[in-house]
Amino acid sequence: MTSVASTFAARSAPIQPSHIALAGVLVVAAALPFFGNDYWLNSLITPTIVMGLAGLGLNLLTGYAGLVSLGSAAFMSIGAFSAYNLLLRTPYLPLPLALICAGLIAAAFGVLFGLPSLRIKGFYLSASTLGAQFFFEWLFTNFHWFSNNSLTLTISAPRLEIFGYNLDIPPGRYALAVVTTCLLYWLAHNIIDSRIGRDWMAIRDMDTAAAVAGIPVGRRKLLAYGVSSFFCGVAGALWAFCYLGTTDAHAFDLDKSFQVLFIVIIGGSASLVGNFLGAAFIVLTPIVLDLAVLGAGLEAAIDHGTVTNALRVIFGVIIILLLVKEPDGLASLIGRLPRLFWTTRLRRRTP
Amino acid sequence: MFFLNVLTSGLLAGLMYAMVAIGFVLIYKASGVFNFAQGTMVLFAALTFVVLNEHGLRFWAAFPVTVVVMIIGAFLIERLVLRPLVNRSPNTLFVATLGLSFVIEGLAQTLFGSDVHQLELGIDDSPLDLYGLQITQFDISASAIAIVMVAVLAVLFSKTRMGISLRAVADDTLAAQSVGIRLPHIWRIVWSVSGFVALVAGLLWGARQGVQFSLSLVVLKAMPVLIIGGFSSIPRAIVGGLMIGATENLADIYIGPFVNGSVSNWFAYILAVAFLLIRPSGLFGEAPIARV
Repeated sequence: MTSVASTFAARSAPIQPSHIALAGVLVVAAALPFFGNDYWLNSLITPTIVMGLAGLGLNLLTGYAGLVSLGSAAFMSIGAFSAYNLLLRTPYLPLPLALICAGLIAAAFGVLFGLPSLRIKGFYLSASTLGAQFFFEWLFTNFHWFSNNSLTLTISAPRLEIFGYNLDIPPGRYALAVVTTCLLYWLAHNIIDSRIGRDWMAIRDMDTAAAVAGIPVGRRKLLAYGVSSFFCGVAGALWAFCYLGTTDAHAFDLDKSFQVLFIVIIGGSASLVGNFLGAAFIVLTPIVLDLAVLGAGLEAAIDHGTVTNALRVIFGVIIILLLVKEPDGLASLIGRLPRLFWTTRLRRRTP
Repeated sequence: MFFLNVLTSGLLAGLMYAMVAIGFVLIYKASGVFNFAQGTMVLFAALTFVVLNEHGLRFWAAFPVTVVVMIIGAFLIERLVLRPLVNRSPNTLFVATLGLSFVIEGLAQTLFGSDVHQLELGIDDSPLDLYGLQITQFDISASAIAIVMVAVLAVLFSKTRMGISLRAVADDTLAAQSVGIRLPHIWRIVWSVSGFVALVAGLLWGARQGVQFSLSLVVLKAMPVLIIGGFSSIPRAIVGGLMIGATENLADIYIGPFVNGSVSNWFAYILAVAFLLIRPSGLFGEAPIARV
């Protein structure tokens, strides 16, 4: 949990360790295309960044405002299909504006499906977002207008260019994902620091008390759904165009929604950095497990189906273990790392 | 008559949804956990039974063995998942059951393979004609089994010592603990009972559509049932199940053709949400009083 005192303290000091860390991350992000190869960028880094952004969206809703959503992938798909149609049907709209408009469309539907939050609380709310999940997957599959009547029902980036620069090359797609994510991260950080963020946390901690204190609870809840869906929508567009390239509505199924939820809970509720750690975990774990199977030479011994199922078990076990061992998510683990290091060094000095 | 037939088959499907929803309600009442793994428990139970059956065990031998397996599973879940996560937020517990569903699903398919198994319970499934109403003997038996099971559960919960302590836990966990009710014990019992319910539901569903992976997806149909009926009462879950089953089937037949095909995937959810907007506390719920 982010305490109010620590956020105030962070404001008063001009340069913080976190600022240095942030600058470091930016430098590394800018340098990556020159050192990493395309495989790295496309199948490891880009999905981590984009899923982290989707996690950020859900975290604003769940971690900060305390509301539930099981339909993040639906809002991602709205973003993806909106961006596709905007780029296709309004050729004069530049890419950044198209992304923003796609996010806003997703936000509008987020507010619509957030309406029940005015009257109900807790897990009952998940029905509404779960409904969105199934409804939009069905909509984008059954109404072919959304995929421009393509026979395969797929969408792919019509044009990925900004001010005449073609972004449809691996470093370009990566740059688009990174720059968009950085800007939105900054936006999220400022929202959390603003009155709106404080109101969300007050509602999360006790909404009745928040209402008594004069916070417009209903409006803030709807705003949380809108902002969260905006982030998810942009992440969806990036997922479709920067990572997958070509996709259909089934890329945004219930499993994707659960992945976003995993990212939030594993990374750390009410933590901005945690989302990217959680995303790295979600993206990397299956790859690492696959490599482990290859490395152990088990590929020949057991068939592919068994491996997939065994990996499922291991993934489930890891999730439960993380929940048990790291109650505040991976973000708190990172926070503790320097101290862990420090204490071990002290211990070594004393005989 | 056609309308009535659609309605009946919807009601029968709804009864099946309710069977799965009951497993949810049991666990939610006693431990406040929204157990997403209920669907995979249905799959696991049905698969275990079918595989035992295929290896030559008769129904009356395979059934108790599967029940024992489910009870062992319940004990393991209590020890390895619930106890370490006690007092954590509902979101965390929900995600833990998602992880649990991965584990159970992976285990089930590693142990028993991912083929579709045919399950023959020896109940005739050819349609009878009751004054124009198409209904099969299997449907009647399934409803009878569901009704008997609910009646037994109701007696168990209202008359036995165990049931009363379970209701105490559901009512006020802290107070129940302070009069000496052991929470882990209650959890083990509740997860065992819902494992049993999962087995019965799995057998009835499995006999209809084959025992296969898609069985675990029935959990998604149980969600709107719970939303309408509420998380906390078995009879209400049944009414919710019947409502969802009937309206879903009617919508599929009468609305579906206008919107390019089946709407049953999402219709129940939208129905549940519309319902919540009109009656926020559920069909039978009482309005909660908010206090600071």
